[in-house]
Amino acid sequence: MARVWKFGDAVNTDDILPGKYAPFMVGEDKFQRYAFAHLQPEFAANVQPGDILIGGRNWGLGSSREYAPRALKKLGVAAIVAKSFARIHYRNLVNLGIPAFLSDTVPELLTDGDKVTYDFISGRIWRGDEEYKLPPPPEFLQAALAEGSILDYYRKHGRFPGES
Amino acid sequence: MSSKLDLAGLTLAERILSVRAAKRVTKGELVVLDIDQVMVVDSIAADVIRIIEEDLDGVIRHPERVAVVVDHVAPAANVEVATTQKQLRDYARARALKLFDVGRGICHQVLIEEGLARPGWIVLGSDSHSTTYGAVCAFGTGMGATDIALAVASGRTWLKVPETVRVNLRGERPIGVAAKDIALEVVRRLTAEGASYASIEYHGTEAFSRSERMTLANLAVEAGAKVGLVPPSGGVLEEYDVPDWLTVDPEADYSKVLDIDLAGLQPVVSVPFFVDNVQPVKEHLGTPVDQVFIGTCTNGRLDDLHIAADILRGKRVADHTRLLIIPASSQVLEDAVSDGTFASLLAAGATFGTPGCGPCMGRHLGVLAPGEVCVSTSNRNFMGRMGSPEARVFLASPAVAAATALSGVLSLPEVVKNA
Repeated sequence: MARVWKFGDAVNTDDILPGKYAPFMVGEDKFQRYAFAHLQPEFAANVQPGDILIGGRNWGLGSSREYAPRALKKLGVAAIVAKSFARIHYRNLVNLGIPAFLSDTVPELLTDGDKVTYDFISGRIWRGDEEYKLPPPPEFLQAALAEGSILDYYRKHGRFPGES
Repeated sequence: MSSKLDLAGLTLAERILSVRAAKRVTKGELVVLDIDQVMVVDSIAADVIRIIEEDLDGVIRHPERVAVVVDHVAPAANVEVATTQKQLRDYARARALKLFDVGRGICHQVLIEEGLARPGWIVLGSDSHSTTYGAVCAFGTGMGATDIALAVASGRTWLKVPETVRVNLRGERPIGVAAKDIALEVVRRLTAEGASYASIEYHGTEAFSRSERMTLANLAVEAGAKVGLVPPSGGVLEEYDVPDWLTVDPEADYSKVLDIDLAGLQPVVSVPFFVDNVQPVKEHLGTPVDQVFIGTCTNGRLDDLHIAADILRGKRVADHTRLLIIPASSQVLEDAVSDGTFASLLAAGATFGTPGCGPCMGRHLGVLAPGEVCVSTSNRNFMGRMGSPEARVFLASPAVAAATALSGVLSLPEVVKNA
């Protein structure tokens, strides 16, 4: 079973990975150990592959640093559900192939430490007998996500989704 | 350059994207467009190079449109940084990319100085404050390493045409109210997500210098904006070739209009740990300050140093306070040396760092200890941003920063007190 790690509103990219722990500063092999080093110091040592993150509004505001969500990917974070995402960060999540779901209700209903199972293809999370529906990603991204990511789509087709 | 397209009723962002798309596009539409300039900084260079070389066959569509800037930890603070910077330097030379090395300055300042962001251009940068290029009405926006690598390789990117928030600056600006105070007031009013995915257009800015416009556009991203566009006017019209289609249509469709009465503004600070937590300086007067930092892409230009020097000339920085100044570029540094500003600040007890980002993201050259308080002219005050998560950063204008350096506690400059 996956654990839910719940965060609040306005989790910024310095929270997700402080600038001083960028791979550029501490090395590509070590930087993920510092995910949420200030905000949730026990996170990096205890997160298990498959765990999911819950956020409030404006998840990922701030820096364009893609290595912040990349640290989460290296730690095996399976998805992020938030009430809203900051623009650059959302692109980064899509580019890295980390499922990012927009939901006003799921972040309210799940609590930190919950044990859940999920199916992100059909967009569902289960906690015990309860089922929570997640909205599908925006239509324009589905073509890219079907290939894995925008990068995968571009490699395969030599153009961007929607481009003739 | 003129356009045969029907651009009636379109905002500045829609005009730029329509002309490039060679068809009329409006908010919400997805477009894939050629871009004029891509900017890559050192801190994410390894990712960009890896993606281009491993995933994109090493293709670089328009090397002449790629600028590489070594600024985020410059000069290198440790072996890891030095290794990435060497890799980037070697790559830029091998692939004939424009290289701006250690000491040339902060990426956004350098691109403006070098004429690599121009009215009507689309400029992508691997740094969120790429909105700064909106100061010259370039569609400047920040993206992460994969998007930037794709842009370098393909010469294109995908964008959703943004809706536009119109900000009207009205009335007379009081003495001592800086562009920084106005930019922070916009962020306060909109909140950190009030302009998410949107373009902000700043009207009533005819009297603003290019540097002040850069401060406004720079902080657009702190309201979540994709771009922050200042309509070309004044010195920008004189200095640049502005396409005739890049004009404001009074009938344009705005999603939100924000009126700000400048006469009612006063100097403000962003109180940690949120940029949109903007409050009057006078509510925090007397807060002891350990370090004052004047610099960054927000406020590290010559006019900012002039303001600081006017306050500090002939005086001394307070005993228990450090004043750190990092000019935004080598050009700013040279100008400050040649007009005497540098000497005035040095005599007042300021210390200087190499032009670049400095301690803004807590990596070197002025990192804060637990319990320390910093007044900074930069753009973010998040927990741990400049070092310890137990340090606190107040964002302020250069005038408030300089007055604070003088007294050692959060202070208003004399001109404001006497007004």
